[in-house]
Amino acid sequence: MSMATLHNQTPVPVVAHTSAATDPGETKIAVRNLNFYYGDNRALKGVDVMLHARKVTAFIGPSGCGKSTLLRVLNRVYDLYPNQRAEGEVLLDGKNILAPGQDLNLLRARVGMVFQKPTPFPMSIYENIAFGVRLYDRLSKSDLDARVEQALRRAALWEEVKDKLSANGLSLSGGQQQRLCIARTVAVKPEVILLDEPCSALDPIATAKIEELIDELKDDYTIAIVTHNMQQAARCSDFTAFMYLGELVEFGTTSKMFTTPSDRRTQDYITGRFG
Amino acid sequence: MQEPGRQSVVDVALQGGAVAHPATVSRARVLTNLRLTDAAFHHLTRGAAIAVLIILGGTIISLIHGSIPALSTFGLNFLVEERWNPVTERFGALAPIYGTLVTSTIAMLIAVPLGLLIALFLTELCPMWLRRPIGIAIELLAGIPSIIYGIWGLFVLSPFLQRTLQPALIDTFGDIPVLSTLFAGPPYGIGMLTAGLILAIMVLPFVTSVTRDVFEAVPPVLKEAAYGLGCTTWEVVRYVVLPYARVGVIGAVMLGLGRALGETMAVTFVIGNAHRISASVLAPGTTISATIANEFTEAVGDLYTSALIALGLILFVITFIVLAAARYMLARIERRIG
Amino acid sequence: MDLYARRKLRNRIVLGLSFGATGLGLGWLVLILGALVFRGASGLSLQVFTEMTPPPGADGGLLNPIVGSLILTGLAVLIGTPVGILAGTYMAEYGRFSKLTQVVRFINDILLSAPSIVIGLFVYEVMVAPLGHFSGTAGAVALAVLVVPVVVRTTEDMLSLVPKELREAATALGMPRAYVIGKVSYRAARAGIITGVLLAIARISGETAPLLFTALNNQFFSVNLNAPMASLPAVIFQFALSPYEDWQRLAWTGALIITMAVLALSIIARALAASGKSS
Repeated sequence: MSMATLHNQTPVPVVAHTSAATDPGETKIAVRNLNFYYGDNRALKGVDVMLHARKVTAFIGPSGCGKSTLLRVLNRVYDLYPNQRAEGEVLLDGKNILAPGQDLNLLRARVGMVFQKPTPFPMSIYENIAFGVRLYDRLSKSDLDARVEQALRRAALWEEVKDKLSANGLSLSGGQQQRLCIARTVAVKPEVILLDEPCSALDPIATAKIEELIDELKDDYTIAIVTHNMQQAARCSDFTAFMYLGELVEFGTTSKMFTTPSDRRTQDYITGRFG
Repeated sequence: MQEPGRQSVVDVALQGGAVAHPATVSRARVLTNLRLTDAAFHHLTRGAAIAVLIILGGTIISLIHGSIPALSTFGLNFLVEERWNPVTERFGALAPIYGTLVTSTIAMLIAVPLGLLIALFLTELCPMWLRRPIGIAIELLAGIPSIIYGIWGLFVLSPFLQRTLQPALIDTFGDIPVLSTLFAGPPYGIGMLTAGLILAIMVLPFVTSVTRDVFEAVPPVLKEAAYGLGCTTWEVVRYVVLPYARVGVIGAVMLGLGRALGETMAVTFVIGNAHRISASVLAPGTTISATIANEFTEAVGDLYTSALIALGLILFVITFIVLAAARYMLARIERRIG
Repeated sequence: MDLYARRKLRNRIVLGLSFGATGLGLGWLVLILGALVFRGASGLSLQVFTEMTPPPGADGGLLNPIVGSLILTGLAVLIGTPVGILAGTYMAEYGRFSKLTQVVRFINDILLSAPSIVIGLFVYEVMVAPLGHFSGTAGAVALAVLVVPVVVRTTEDMLSLVPKELREAATALGMPRAYVIGKVSYRAARAGIITGVLLAIARISGETAPLLFTALNNQFFSVNLNAPMASLPAVIFQFALSPYEDWQRLAWTGALIITMAVLALSIIARALAASGKSS
């Protein structure tokens, strides 16, 4: 399935890419005609969007536009709640993850998520990370130690916690806790990382550290980030999707979206006319 | 409530600046009456609150007072003496204490895992429409009076156990060295195991509902994060929910234990009322509350009665400690959530 | 994946166990209620409510224990409810943040779960031994002591739920505290407090242990509060442990009656609580 045919099928005009840096390469996740319901209330209306491999895609839009809802479909965490359902297709490497009979645990091993509120487990820092690793690999103690260190280094947390690995995860500051959650997600070696407003509970310094992290992580992982901070989207992402009232209004390279958006609504939002 | 120097509405009204208009005067009188009523009500309610303390204090004092004859006669030996002979007037609390501890232990060993599993079911697996009915069923189970459990145990459960479970236990463990003494003896049907089983059924609703409440209080984000890593439901409960709710679960368990220790009627019917200590759980025994219930009205002589009251004191002390600890733990988790 | 398969299996086992545990828990309820209906319903007849307890071998009913239970329960509620409501009122209103309230709350919770036989001993020491005889009054007092903690707890909880804006509005009108409580708080929390009383009644309806050496039992019809008084639980205790079949049958019928009364009270209490919450 070529890029062109994919583009021709979407009703949203997607502008052709202009430089190699934003050459999308392969598609990691393709969302097609996604509708999402909370009970009878339709929260997502016919959304089509793509996450390109090893690129950062940001989702922006005013509160209630459905960006978090969309993210939560990608790892099917909505499945925990009986009155929420999704219709349509979400293709991870070509396979539809919304199909019945999906192994959800395996899916979530491949698609990790970091939440808005830092959620360290009630365990030591070491255990928080080792816990995830142990789910999937049988490792010797030294290998496990190495994996934990590697994950903490990736999350730029190692230097700060290497002397207190047995301390409780909750004893860290908010920014550190969030980085711990990122380390935990990274430790299980996913292919995609979903970030749901990861910095909204953090101060500017912690936020800056995490944005640096995202920039490094994208070399190895496909990243989707939901943010209500447009400047953050402009700083961090390669592609941006603007959503409004449950619809995907526009999708394109970040530079184009923020300089010459095609849709009027996108322009109004970016220039601060509403939201 | 009143700052020094500030006047209340009543005082201002009483002083009155202008000519004593009839309406003003009667309003002042009304306000004075109101103030007296208010003070009276305040003292009345405070007295009622203190009455609660008096009840507890009175219980402890009267128990101690009633135990003095027995305790002064037997001293601390009372706690370790097995003999219980009304004729020679030699009394020892060891057999009742042993029975109380054994039956309660059996009850908790059964009720706690079952209660946790049911709470797990209710919070993670149960479809929404089924949750309320099952919750109601659990409350019904908790509301059934203990004497009903007693006669049910005597007439329904005991014969059943006598025919099925007990012979099976005796046969299975008959040849294994240590366990054969644990499950030895003729299958009476009644006995400590049966009593423990009945207690387990009685305690189960409490453990279940408090544990379920504690499980439901775990922040959903935490569970989503664990599921997000790819954890199975059991792993989420074991590694995230239980550690988070640990203190509350322990509180629930101790609450159940407190009830099991003091339960009287259900146990009296099926324990067998034998004042002896047996290694086998299939043997009859007695508990503190069963002894008191069975023998108090027939107790002849001050020493006999006093010995029974001393038993009551021991029971009260044990349950007080357990319940106080339970309350402390539950208060801690309430503070963490709310 | 070997590890993965094992994790999945463990998960399935535990979930299966939890399903089974729930079935087991519900099964007990069915077995117990079933036995009650099966063995007790056959004895239900007008006779049960009109005739006195018979000597073994003769025909009879449960009139005196039923009447006795009603009297004892009624008296216990009469004594215990005011104390409980007033104490709960102090804890939620006047003394909300005082040290006394904290202590009373702690003690009250312990009394809530304390062994009822110990309460029976307490009342024996205080009322029966000094007076030299058992009495219905002593039994009612023992039951009242069990009523108080339940009512205190629910009253305090319900009054605490009354929004503070309501109280502040009434106080701003110049109402003194007692009137605010009486006319505003009580009215707002009325359903909840009544629920608490109903729950207390349900609790003491089946209590046997505290009556064993206070009100004792009485095989004849008597409403004399100064003498031993029959009660359903005490009669069930006596009859069930006897070797006589007709007595045992009456015991089952009595058990069914108590259970139905308790369940009815619980249902009414719950319906009241639900309607109170929605209003």
